[in-house]
Amino acid sequence: MKDLVKKLSESFGPSGSEDQIRQIIRSEVEQYADEVRVDSMGSLICRVAPKAAAPGAAAKRIMVDAHMDEIGIVVSYIDDKGFLRFSPVGGLNPHVLLGQRVVFGNGVVGVFGTEKLDDIKDLKFDKMFIDIGARDRAEAQAKVRVGDAAVMLASFADMGCRVSGKAMDDRIACAVVIEAMRRSRPKLHEVYYVFAVQEELGLRGARTAAYGINPDVGIAVDVTLWGDTPEHAPFNVSLGGGAAIKAKDSSLIAHPAVKNLMIDTAEKNGIPYQLEVLERGGTDAGAIALTREGVPSGTISIPCRYVHTPAEMVDMGDVDACVRLLAAMVEELASPAGGGIL
Amino acid sequence: MDTKQALMHLADARGVTGYESPAWDGVNSLFADLVDEIRRDPLGSAIMWKKGAAKEPPARIMFAAHLDEIGMIVSKIEDEGFLRIWMMGGVDRRILPSMEVTVHGRRDLHGVIGAIPPHLQDSSKKDKSWKWDELTVDCGMPADRLRELVRVGDVISFDRRAIGLANDRIAGKSMDDRAGIAVMYEAARELQKLSHDCDVFFVATVQEEVGYGGGITSTFGVMPDIGIAIDVGHGNMPGVPEHEALKLGGGPAISFGPHVHPHIFSKLKETAEDRGIPYQVEPGTSPRGTDAYAMQMTRSGVATGLLSVPLRYMHTSVETLSLGDVKKSGQLLAYFASAVDSRFREGLTCF
Amino acid sequence: MLLAKLSEAGGISGQEAEVRQLIRSEITPYVDEIKIDPIGNLIALKRGRKGAEGKRVMLAAHMDEVGLMVVGINSDGLLHLAASGGVDPRVLVSKLVYVGADHRPGVIGSKPIHLLKAADMDRSTDMDSLYVDIGAKNKEDAEKLVKLGDQIIFATKCEPLGEGFLKGKAMDDRVGCYAIIEALRKQHDFDLYGAFTVQEEVGLRGAGVAAYQVKPDLALVLEGTTAHDVTETPEHGRSTVPGQGPAIVYRDSSWVGDPRIVDRLIETAETAGVPYQIKRTVTGGTDAGRIGPTESGVPVAVVSMPCRYIHSPVSVICADDLNNYVKLAGLFLDSLDERGLPV
Repeated sequence: MKDLVKKLSESFGPSGSEDQIRQIIRSEVEQYADEVRVDSMGSLICRVAPKAAAPGAAAKRIMVDAHMDEIGIVVSYIDDKGFLRFSPVGGLNPHVLLGQRVVFGNGVVGVFGTEKLDDIKDLKFDKMFIDIGARDRAEAQAKVRVGDAAVMLASFADMGCRVSGKAMDDRIACAVVIEAMRRSRPKLHEVYYVFAVQEELGLRGARTAAYGINPDVGIAVDVTLWGDTPEHAPFNVSLGGGAAIKAKDSSLIAHPAVKNLMIDTAEKNGIPYQLEVLERGGTDAGAIALTREGVPSGTISIPCRYVHTPAEMVDMGDVDACVRLLAAMVEELASPAGGGIL
Repeated sequence: MDTKQALMHLADARGVTGYESPAWDGVNSLFADLVDEIRRDPLGSAIMWKKGAAKEPPARIMFAAHLDEIGMIVSKIEDEGFLRIWMMGGVDRRILPSMEVTVHGRRDLHGVIGAIPPHLQDSSKKDKSWKWDELTVDCGMPADRLRELVRVGDVISFDRRAIGLANDRIAGKSMDDRAGIAVMYEAARELQKLSHDCDVFFVATVQEEVGYGGGITSTFGVMPDIGIAIDVGHGNMPGVPEHEALKLGGGPAISFGPHVHPHIFSKLKETAEDRGIPYQVEPGTSPRGTDAYAMQMTRSGVATGLLSVPLRYMHTSVETLSLGDVKKSGQLLAYFASAVDSRFREGLTCF
Repeated sequence: MLLAKLSEAGGISGQEAEVRQLIRSEITPYVDEIKIDPIGNLIALKRGRKGAEGKRVMLAAHMDEVGLMVVGINSDGLLHLAASGGVDPRVLVSKLVYVGADHRPGVIGSKPIHLLKAADMDRSTDMDSLYVDIGAKNKEDAEKLVKLGDQIIFATKCEPLGEGFLKGKAMDDRVGCYAIIEALRKQHDFDLYGAFTVQEEVGLRGAGVAAYQVKPDLALVLEGTTAHDVTETPEHGRSTVPGQGPAIVYRDSSWVGDPRIVDRLIETAETAGVPYQIKRTVTGGTDAGRIGPTESGVPVAVVSMPCRYIHSPVSVICADDLNNYVKLAGLFLDSLDERGLPV
């Protein structure tokens, strides 16, 4: 599992340019799905057909989602000295970029620099630039183009029971979904495992994927914040506390039936869990819930420290709990009782 | 049940956004005998269909009022036995100190949001209202007992029973938007006496307070030709410029703006004038803020309107309105529905 | 001149009738179908040569402009106003406006400088202290002349400026409407839909509804965007520069342009030698943000006209840019015939 996490974390896939990560995920999941396709926005949709037809009734559709994209930057201008100006892709804090490096899809590396500032509080993206070591515009243009996106350059660190790297948001969830695909044995209904694009730009890939699938229930897997480091604002989620079951965030009020099924399933299977109310932050479930006539939806969250920095950290025990919970949820929903929802 | 009783029962019911089911039972019993079919959609909006007299109804009319109320959610249980809270919908945190609430755990628990007495406060902070992470709910129990009954994610509603004030004014919590549901109730009762060719859908939507989720999804399912939202609008009070507020007792406010189809505006106005119903005009440049916003842009578009019941002190637990405004709004909608014919419906795409 | 008529027509979000009527009368002679939907979008169809087996391509531009609305009348007969769309109150003082469908003239005055305190000079006027004076004697008199909800538009004449420039209001997005009116003249293999949308300025409201009806295989949004080449702005902050041609947009705040369409636009411009630029800032939202997520997704990208001073009473554009903007749109559509759709 750690090898998979490392591979996904170190892959390239900024929002809007997910080709590389999609290829990597595709090669991991093709063996577990009956059908794999890419929709017009670039989301990867894997369908697992039901093993036995449901007795009498029509097959329902279960949608599981994680997003493949990560935050980064996009080049907006190349100046005559070969420096790049950029805009953020997704929710980035300029202070997090100081002293960091980025890498483009073609391997070119860049370093963040800043204009002279009277006060560090004045730091904004338009006072920063990226230095790719080019000596003039022509040399820079030979390496990158306006419109190219880049991601943070950071390597994966195995810290024992915890791991750290870039893009755990949301590659750790991609790993969870891949592993759950491998383990779960849904008896009835159709299950769609979606690796969505452009979540960081506003849940865009999940919205269109869900419309196409038209599911009866939706489960998103994403990271959530943490509350257990020194003097942190109060938050009920800690690393090592198990799978976080979301009650609310700014995109979604988890459907009570889905939330309760997650809690009951966790308790029934002895899976450690914690309950989560997130003040600011959203997930793909928020988009899935409002598809067509509405879809009861919820989110399983992996607790993650230092979110939206190059050193996001998760606990492998929590990751395992999320895998178990997701697989069990899929099996509950895909059972004759339908988890009480289907 | 008369409209005043209905309104007060509806206001007292507990249906925090996302958890509207407890409030649903009351609505169900009010409308059951007035409509032909009732169903709840996947997110919980209630679609109550009163069939039109015509074999081929000239139009599908949807009235929408939101069932959900603002409230709070338990975000953490502290070892000292206090509950940390976060808002469900736009709760003004200034109303919270000394508020009495109900925590909907395994059973309903009474709680108090305590205010730190002046003696113990830092004088430099006295001018600032308390922030969310400074406010906690006290249920009068130790943490271990509390944890048996309450979980993070349980919702919390305000304790308030609606009361009658002077004249026909009533104050209570959740008049936003139980007043709208009461308007629909009045309209449904009135429609029993009138004949109408159109199919009328009374929809009690969910989750309006957190982004109109119920308005969006229920409209997708019903796909009406005409959609009128019934919500509340800011009533006159000191500090609000006169032209930005509505008069309590001045009758329903008919909204005008990008969220309203000009013919729907005109027809509501004409209907009010023909029937001698006092009304006010509420112009606005932003389409946001009500289910009309959600209905208008669904699928291939819906011709929308918005009626607002004048309401003072919105999003507090002492929201105040005039019963007469509620009744007149309901009557206006009933007369409107009975007047819509195929000519009117066809004319909606000529503008 | 058509652009001048379009520029001077009045239509704030939700009240686009005058613009809609003007566009309708222009295109009726040469399109096959015109439809108006329940929210006011005007959707025109120029049927393709390949009929049923052909594809569906949609061009989109919004009819609405930023402006103001009458939201109250005070006892002196002065009109209270509210902004419709993103209007900076600082540009409103001392301007001439037209109120209502009749274009009744009014002025937005301000407290005379003689009566101001020194501190007032620096403080910007906010919307609540601005009024439109239509010359009414009192409230009753005003109510005979205007109504609550009437639109208030800037009274700017559209005419040439200097050498090779044009000034006028609402270049955002009458230039796009103009480009689509021109594009609809020509028949292609595919069905070409011109969607003249409503309410873009108050949240990109109309375009998604249009796309839902048309269900295009590919869409192109024709917009007007910021051109901020004023002296103190650093090069990289000049989102577009007038004179350098229409701007092709990789991403904006509402949508990532479909790379296949963006590449085709660039190839088309290069092959034909049409000057173009790449928009330098990832700012501003467009109808693409609503067309893109329609149903299971619509491939869409944006081409923008550089306009100085958008969202104010007077915008300035370069006439050559306008010609190249229209030309690029046309050549792009031709490329879809010659090389097929890139999606």
